[in-house]
Amino acid sequence: MMPDFKHNYPIDQIGVEERIQRFNSRSIKKETKLIGLKLALSMIDLTTLEGKDTPEKVKQLCYKALHPSNDIMGLPQLAAVCVYPIHVKTAKKYLKNSTVKVASVATGFPSGNTSLQIKLIETKYAIDQGADEIDMVISRGEFLRGNYTFVFDEIAAIKNVCGKIRLKVILETGELSTLDNIRKASDIAIYAGADFIKTSTGKIQPASTMPVTLVMLEAIKDYYIKTNIQIGMKPAGGISNAKNALQYLVMLNETLGSKWMTNEWFRFGASSLANDILLQLGKEKDNGVYYSKDYISLD
Amino acid sequence: MKKKINNNPFTWNYSPAVETKEHIQINPQYNLFINGKFVKPNSKTYFDTYNPATEEKLAELSLANEKDVNAAVLAANNAYSKTWKKMPAKERAKYIFRIARVIQERARELAIIETMDGGKPIRESRDFDIPLAANHFFYYAGWADKLNYAFPTKTPQSLGVAAQIIPWNFPLLMAAWKIAPALATGNTVVLKPSENTSLTALKLAEIIRDCDLPPGVVNIITGPGSTGSFMVNHPNIHKIAFTGSTNIGKNIQHSIAGTNKKLTLELGGKAANIVFEDAPINQAVEGIINGIFFNQGHVCCAGSRLFVQENIAEEIINKLKARMETLIVGNPLDKNTDVGAINNKEQLSKIKSYLKMGKEDGITLYQTLGELPKKGYFCKPSLFINATQSSRVVQDEIFGPVLTIQTFRTIEEVIEKANNIPYGLSAGVWTDKGSKIFNLTKQLKAGVVWANTYNKFDPSSPFGGFKESGFGREGGLHGLMPYLKF
Repeated sequence: MMPDFKHNYPIDQIGVEERIQRFNSRSIKKETKLIGLKLALSMIDLTTLEGKDTPEKVKQLCYKALHPSNDIMGLPQLAAVCVYPIHVKTAKKYLKNSTVKVASVATGFPSGNTSLQIKLIETKYAIDQGADEIDMVISRGEFLRGNYTFVFDEIAAIKNVCGKIRLKVILETGELSTLDNIRKASDIAIYAGADFIKTSTGKIQPASTMPVTLVMLEAIKDYYIKTNIQIGMKPAGGISNAKNALQYLVMLNETLGSKWMTNEWFRFGASSLANDILLQLGKEKDNGVYYSKDYISLD
Repeated sequence: MKKKINNNPFTWNYSPAVETKEHIQINPQYNLFINGKFVKPNSKTYFDTYNPATEEKLAELSLANEKDVNAAVLAANNAYSKTWKKMPAKERAKYIFRIARVIQERARELAIIETMDGGKPIRESRDFDIPLAANHFFYYAGWADKLNYAFPTKTPQSLGVAAQIIPWNFPLLMAAWKIAPALATGNTVVLKPSENTSLTALKLAEIIRDCDLPPGVVNIITGPGSTGSFMVNHPNIHKIAFTGSTNIGKNIQHSIAGTNKKLTLELGGKAANIVFEDAPINQAVEGIINGIFFNQGHVCCAGSRLFVQENIAEEIINKLKARMETLIVGNPLDKNTDVGAINNKEQLSKIKSYLKMGKEDGITLYQTLGELPKKGYFCKPSLFINATQSSRVVQDEIFGPVLTIQTFRTIEEVIEKANNIPYGLSAGVWTDKGSKIFNLTKQLKAGVVWANTYNKFDPSSPFGGFKESGFGREGGLHGLMPYLKF
């Protein structure tokens, strides 16, 4: 049942890139575009992960997640607000009575270079503060030296602390170097108990790319075919415009299908994407005319 | 580890994104392009050409009879001896280069006409047919004044008039494959496109006229098989290049026996696409789809026989079925269409007869669930699962969106089965192991073997077959040779 992680599941990079070109040549227009933009908006984990974050900024972010626009009617709320553990309490305060989730990074984010004991304590702290979802990082150093059991056990231990709290596992694909590695790390995370797999911390370049996301979606698909268990996907970092978000949705739609076309199973980790989507939705509303970016709040 | 399963009822269908055709100019009637001018056919007969996706008439085309063929060959001979042969090679190159540039400039128009006339998705004519056609002209423009370097120690000389007959699957691209090397080597041309898809060749005639090519260097005449046979049997042609079915290729060979006409044939194929257990599975599935459903399977090198190693057969077949459901079959002018219309009515009934034949042989047929458009010639993407080597659906070239699937256990077995066919045009191999690829490229009797990819073309790479898939190469330096004597 459990795959042998020493064994490669080969990925052909050229083939992956060609598939991406096919997704990107889809023409998304009119009604399809509107539905897609709204869906993408509802899938955003509005993120702030900076050393200089303040409670005020977190508050502002929560407000944005609840009311994306004063201008355009009928917009969905965003999926979650994603912050460091010390800001979870603030975020929870403002999002308490809503469907918007509070996600907290944990486990020595972004490098993960600390002991398991501290990672477990940090995870528990974030949950105690009120986090609905935990975004953990894997130990890339151990992964790259081939210590797959270590990585697996660590994820399993964190999931154990999480219990019913949904766990997103960040692979930090920008450090894994090959698509073969990304597939392997995806499989390890999924089998170790991840509810979501996530590409990046946003601190390393390249962050999320379409080829990387496709390889991870295929890992999810293969697992679903085997077990009938759904795993979520969260590309994060590097997706800053609406057009790119729609291309991701085309990829999702044609790889995993409609079951995943909801913010329960797919998220965008992004900070500036929401504003570009709002700009595009405003344009659709106003007969093709863009309004000034000054009308959109910067959060 | 219990996860919630939701059944999200949401479906995200793509709104139509249809290319507009208002700006496209198709004349109600086309004449023959002989000696630099469009002239009325001596036969005084015209026939209709149709859009296979709508069954609407697009235009009337001239039927070239024996006298028309004579006129075209005469014009080509005159142009050869009076201008083209004497012209410095670098001047010839400029004309070829100019044709390439104009094809690029008019790419959108040509792509839309190609799609209307042949039923192929606009995505393919836009991204594959037209750019590649332009690239062939660019590539051979470069060779024109370098023939002595291409064949050192030899003195390459042109032949004279080339009679070129091309099929309906890649109309403009095949015209480019034929005309570009012929002109680069200093020959003149009489070209006949298929009677089903002549419009882009006639547009090319307009382009050639607008490029100020000396009259008679390229002549483009339309008509059915009879026109082709007048060309083949004409005493004043020196070279025949034919792309099409194996039967007609054989007839041509019969009829020119005893003459000194040079001949290249690019005929049918029934390629083996071989997937090993260590292949990149998801990319292989994509490659299989691309190999057989590209251009509705109207591809002589289509990967129409799939061989899968037994232990991964179930996984591959399930993934193929799932992937096929995401193919959008319909209006070829829609930018989101993946599979367009079958090129013509006769071909559709031929494909249907093979579907029936396979079922009668007891082979499991799987077809996609989606609906086909009510009007037009369409065929569902189809799989024959557990096909048998002896069945005609495995042995014959179907030339449609129909894939046969067989399994194998050992490498010897798959090589034997892959080669056990009259054709030898192309093959595909999917494995992560380099040594396996090189072993197979040696042992497969096929002109092209693609590894971990399929249907890749480039003007610099020669293309052509073994056995009943023909002889002679097109593309690359090798593509110059059939048009030269040394």
